[in-house]
Amino acid sequence: MLLISCPHCGPRDEIEFRCGGETHVVRPGPAEAVSEDAWADYLFMRQNPRGLHAERWLHAAGCRTWFNLLRDTVTHEIKAVYPMGHARPEVA
Amino acid sequence: MAGQSNRLPSGGLIDRSRPLRFTFDGRTYMGYQGDTLASALLANGVRVVGRSFKYHRPRGLMAAGVEEPNAIVTVGDGERSVPNLKATEVELVDGLVARPVNCWPTARHDAGALMGLLGRFMPSGFYYKTFMWPSWHWYEGAVRRAAGLGTAPAGPDPEIYEHHYAHCDVLVVGSGPAGLAAAVAAASSGARVMMVEQEAAFGGSLLTTDVVVDGLPGRDWLARQLRALGSLPEVTLLARTTATGYYDHNALSLLERVTAGPVRQRLWQVRARRVVLATGALERPLVFPDNDRPGIMLLSAMRRYVAQYGVAAGRRAVVFTNNDTAYQQALALHRAGIAIAAVVDCRARRSNAGVTALERAGIPLIWQGVVEKTHGRAGLTGVTVATPAGRRRLACDVLGMSGGWNPAVHLHSQAGGSLSWDEAALMFTPGKVGQACRSVGAGNGQLALADCLADGYAAGIEAVRLCGLPVTDGPPPTTDVDGGSTAIQALWQVPGGKAWVDFQNDVTAGDVMLAAQENFRSVEHLKRYTTLGMAVDQGKTSNINGLAILAEQCGRTIPQTGTTRFRPPYTPVTLGAFRGAYRADLFRPRRQMPVHEWHQAQGAVFEDFGGWQRPVHYLRPGEGREQAMHREIRAVRTAAGLFEGSPLGKIEVKGPDAAEFLDRIYVNTISTLKPGRLRYGLMTNENGIIIDDGVVARLGPDHFLVGTTGGNAGRIAEWLEEWLQCEWADLRVVTMPVTTAWATLTLTGPRARAILERVGADFDIGAAAFPHMSFRDGHVAGIPARVCRVSFTGEVSYEINVPAGRATALWQRIMGEGAPLGLQPVGIDAWMDLRTEKGYLHVGADTDGTTTPLDVGWGPAVSRKAKDFVGKRSLLRSSNARADRLNFVGLEPVDGVRPIPVGAHLRFTDGTVGLTDGHVTSACVSDTLGRPISLAMVRGGRERMGQTVRVLAPAGAFQARIVSPLFYDPEGERLNA
Amino acid sequence: MSSYSAWGLLRHGLGARDWAPAWRDATPRKRYKVVVIGGGGHGLATAYYLAKNHGIRDVAVLEKAWIGGGNTGRNTTIVRSNYYYPESAALYEMSLKLYEGLSRDLNYNIMLSQRGIVTVAHSRHELEVVQRWAGAIRANGIDSDLLTPAEIARLAPIFDTSPQARYPVWGGFIQRRGGTARHDAVAWGYARAASALGVDIVQNCEVNAIRRGADGRVTGVGTTRGEIEADCVVMSVAGHSTVLADMAGFRLPVTSYALQAMVSEPVKPLLDVVILSLATGVYVSQSDKGEMVLGGALDLYNSYGQRGNLPTAVNVAGAAVEQYPALGRLRMLRQWAGIVDVVQDSSPILGETPVPGLFINCGWGTGGFKAIPAGGWLMAHHIATGSPHAVAAPFSLRRFTTGALIDEAAAAGIAH
Repeated sequence: MLLISCPHCGPRDEIEFRCGGETHVVRPGPAEAVSEDAWADYLFMRQNPRGLHAERWLHAAGCRTWFNLLRDTVTHEIKAVYPMGHARPEVA
Repeated sequence: MAGQSNRLPSGGLIDRSRPLRFTFDGRTYMGYQGDTLASALLANGVRVVGRSFKYHRPRGLMAAGVEEPNAIVTVGDGERSVPNLKATEVELVDGLVARPVNCWPTARHDAGALMGLLGRFMPSGFYYKTFMWPSWHWYEGAVRRAAGLGTAPAGPDPEIYEHHYAHCDVLVVGSGPAGLAAAVAAASSGARVMMVEQEAAFGGSLLTTDVVVDGLPGRDWLARQLRALGSLPEVTLLARTTATGYYDHNALSLLERVTAGPVRQRLWQVRARRVVLATGALERPLVFPDNDRPGIMLLSAMRRYVAQYGVAAGRRAVVFTNNDTAYQQALALHRAGIAIAAVVDCRARRSNAGVTALERAGIPLIWQGVVEKTHGRAGLTGVTVATPAGRRRLACDVLGMSGGWNPAVHLHSQAGGSLSWDEAALMFTPGKVGQACRSVGAGNGQLALADCLADGYAAGIEAVRLCGLPVTDGPPPTTDVDGGSTAIQALWQVPGGKAWVDFQNDVTAGDVMLAAQENFRSVEHLKRYTTLGMAVDQGKTSNINGLAILAEQCGRTIPQTGTTRFRPPYTPVTLGAFRGAYRADLFRPRRQMPVHEWHQAQGAVFEDFGGWQRPVHYLRPGEGREQAMHREIRAVRTAAGLFEGSPLGKIEVKGPDAAEFLDRIYVNTISTLKPGRLRYGLMTNENGIIIDDGVVARLGPDHFLVGTTGGNAGRIAEWLEEWLQCEWADLRVVTMPVTTAWATLTLTGPRARAILERVGADFDIGAAAFPHMSFRDGHVAGIPARVCRVSFTGEVSYEINVPAGRATALWQRIMGEGAPLGLQPVGIDAWMDLRTEKGYLHVGADTDGTTTPLDVGWGPAVSRKAKDFVGKRSLLRSSNARADRLNFVGLEPVDGVRPIPVGAHLRFTDGTVGLTDGHVTSACVSDTLGRPISLAMVRGGRERMGQTVRVLAPAGAFQARIVSPLFYDPEGERLNA
Repeated sequence: MSSYSAWGLLRHGLGARDWAPAWRDATPRKRYKVVVIGGGGHGLATAYYLAKNHGIRDVAVLEKAWIGGGNTGRNTTIVRSNYYYPESAALYEMSLKLYEGLSRDLNYNIMLSQRGIVTVAHSRHELEVVQRWAGAIRANGIDSDLLTPAEIARLAPIFDTSPQARYPVWGGFIQRRGGTARHDAVAWGYARAASALGVDIVQNCEVNAIRRGADGRVTGVGTTRGEIEADCVVMSVAGHSTVLADMAGFRLPVTSYALQAMVSEPVKPLLDVVILSLATGVYVSQSDKGEMVLGGALDLYNSYGQRGNLPTAVNVAGAAVEQYPALGRLRMLRQWAGIVDVVQDSSPILGETPVPGLFINCGWGTGGFKAIPAGGWLMAHHIATGSPHAVAAPFSLRRFTTGALIDEAAAAGIAH
């Protein structure tokens, strides 16, 4: 059971949150200018790493804020919490 | 009633002034307060307490704790019975009724014992090699009946459970010397400490050994520390509480067995900053021929029965060991009055303090000896010991085995910790772990008391420091008792006959060797092929012995052979405890609408729609469901109906960029909407799939009210925020879901306006001033109201949104004013038929997770819109423009009579198998039209108007015609009236 | 390979001591025609059918730990073919038919138990979904019968079908040929049969590189037991497909999640069918050993951690007790998780990858076990003949670009 530090509300149990999947996925556009391949890539292809994963989470049962996590997908250790729109931080 | 023949005249922690009567296997016995069912049975000389799973071998108690493999019982009767309990974990209470599982009629005389005779034909995995003809299913019933242990109670559980949540600085698991020392160290520094103990009494080995700590007898020191801990407000002490699971981020589950009050068990979910695992160690049995006879026990269990319960497991004992920890234990038994016929040690002669003490007590020691054979049918009568000098038979009624110790590393392993094999001590000890925990004491491989105390205390201090709290350091507790040697030598099996490794599942050393021979050489394969360790004792006594025999057989070391990862729970957890108090209506709350009580009083029949209890119809005396529905429909078509639509989602969207934002969210354009007007809109996801529809109201230049379907209210609110926060953070927009703040009362029908006039609105509701698809913010009957002129029925409709708290007042007012004009309350049954007659799309019923706006006729709207919106690129994909996609159309039976069932599939051609040409999504026998109609998704349906298609109804196929979905008032004259 | 039979058991019971290894533990050779990465059910079945159907015996199955140790050994053992779309139906029906003959084909009792799988609807909407679903299955030529609440109560007396239930029963449908099979036996049976045909099964051999030639074509793999050359490489590593795709340098539309399951202590027979409740998503069956097997939920965040989680246990066990009141006093014996490859449209990916000579079998989500025979059969066909089997063709990686998804979850009314 993950303990996630919401940037606004502090550490809370995972049941208060919803994971929105990989973050930093760039939405291509405008629609007419996007190739089928580029669109498929955006829609479906995911890094899905075994290890550090940058992902976005919503504090759904709290402040309703979206934020980013850097989390290890094997140990589930959370290495960083950072706001939407910020670049992925470097961690040791 | 038999006497307690094995009860010692004194000693133990039982209360001899409180005798308890209990029944086991149909006979009545006496025990004492403080007994377990196991200790009481042993006190009464009951030797056969159960039967093994596969061969139905008679079995006696082997252990005194949670590792017990043999004594599996059902406790209680009827709905309060519990199957598959270990007798060692059942605290004796007066009137307790227990019976062994897996035997008939009794454990002593079990018809199933015949299976034992066939054992040689049923080696491990035999079922994989046979039962193939004619098919497994043919044999399965008999196998299933033979398998299974106890019987589940027939009915629902009458008892209650609850969940507790806790946070602490330091959670200490186990209250033996190491755990207690850790708790004391942490608590005296002021940390918030929880200490949990699975047994009824705190103290672990302090309860069963004669030691001196800090100059006090062990039990007195224990009492003093417990008093001190109990006086601290930040300390929680929980006995009868097992730490069952160690999950991510230092979350642990605890199961507390509650003895007072209405709650049976309590599931704790604890988040600890640091965890100290002082889980102790479990003694290993030895594997030798016929080692499963009743009377063959763990030596430590014999000692615990003496010390804790005042019970001698037998009168004359033989001790069989491969290690030095047996000496002290044997001596303790001797002092308690159990005659020790011999201590049989497999090693060459040793000399140390323990040996000297035994010799001084006159206890014979047999060196380089192994128990090669045991004797006695239903109970042990003697053993044959083999030494280099020859064989000898020793008479005894109990054999204590001491095969070394397994630290209880389960929680450490669940926490993700590795295990390392200590070749000198012959045990797996905790290795590295990523979580904030540390193992101490015997659980960390420290068998000597002095080490346990020091290790535990140091861990307590360290935990406080790692929590960042100030440390109050004192001297660690000490003992002047020499723990003695713990030296050990491997003796993984004594060859010569059937020797049990997993007692409950009847896995023998031979089975392990057969598995290895057949190439099941991974320890996981071994487990799965032989079922070793898969019984309800979870392999606590069998895993390491099995692993070691496998390693020997394969010529590998134990680390090369590996160990299995321990999975939660440490001991089995009642399923009802997981549910806790979340039962019945608390399991998934039933949401009630603001006018619920009125509906209930008026005979509404409720059903669950997306969690909301909604009236499906209002039954009048003598009416059936169909009659009620048709009456309500007629009221709407000829007079008026009032419908509560409060679950409809309502989200306020406000800000300078609100219009731009909604243009990006909706498939159609919203920014061109004028204030005071409404527009119907569709939303898609990025795959171009319809996710919701609803009506948007523009309240002002920068202010919108987004309407969603009832089931999607929460999801769409999140959806909007996700786009705003994650993709378009530059847009100046705020959203606020207000669904439950506003009740929605929909007044609909040709007399709706007349009724609303009577009720009174503070704005002009005339057809010209307040036309279809417009919005007014004002008051209705003096109540603040947001009124939408929008219709789901095809009649003039007013969707009146008022503060939820005033909804019932307005509802009653409208009903009062409307009743003389024929107004009736309308339920969902009628509501859905009314909209089907109009052919309005119902997202989630007419659409599914594959439906695009193009499929429901929105192609022109999509191609008209120049701006980008969510899902647009997907709608441009060629696969979405294909002519053979399913289109939303109407369908009516060619004969005009046969009702078209929802869910029925459609085909244009006869007799083919495979993809159908569509399916029926909504249907009714239209009361207004007097014939069956339906809505459907049909392959290329829009281009096939007027054609017929076969409806594959369960009762037989028939023809239907594809028509426009607008069955009723296609021109919308009534709507715009 | 010595044949297994009741006679064999009798002979050994009377003293014979010559049970042979079920399969050979091979040491990897320098090169093979085909290397299969992953010794789970799908990988072993691929090797078996390559050898049996196509005579290609120069095959190695490389398993990083022990065969059958991934999702093959971690699932809830359900087999069924009650699918909505003809493409899926063809695939899973092929698999079920192969399962029906598998014990005798492999001479290994995989304990196929066609006890019936019941899907229960708890609302008007769910009932409509079920009617449509069952109709589609019948239209696909597969057995499925609608059930009334009374029929469900008869099939599963312990299921709460009372009107007071929080989720009352409106009806449902059954696929009578659905049921369970013994998961380990499927892996072992394929391993034994493949090994007997000459396939090398190599355990404790982890692949750490995909080797490619100058022309981009796959040439072999790097492993913890050395380099192995191959003409063809198949990735059959459910849950961990992305890790291998990364090695080969292409992307996958896959997310790995932990799927939780748990069993109770064994009890005498309580439940003869497999039941799935649409309202709670919880499915329950009783193993032949007597354990109640509970499955239900994914932890919806990326994970490669094969371990149980507490909220899931609370949800699944809680829902199970709510719907099967008699389970309340039973106890959970084990909880675990498998890592599943979840694809947007809940359908598998079978066929070629962007790397010539490299094939992939993944994306089975929560239901790969039931597809093992077909997954192996179809992959073997593709490798041996150079083109996909008709049944496999719709499941290519290309569908994500064209948009021709086969969205089973969507069709089941589970809107996005």
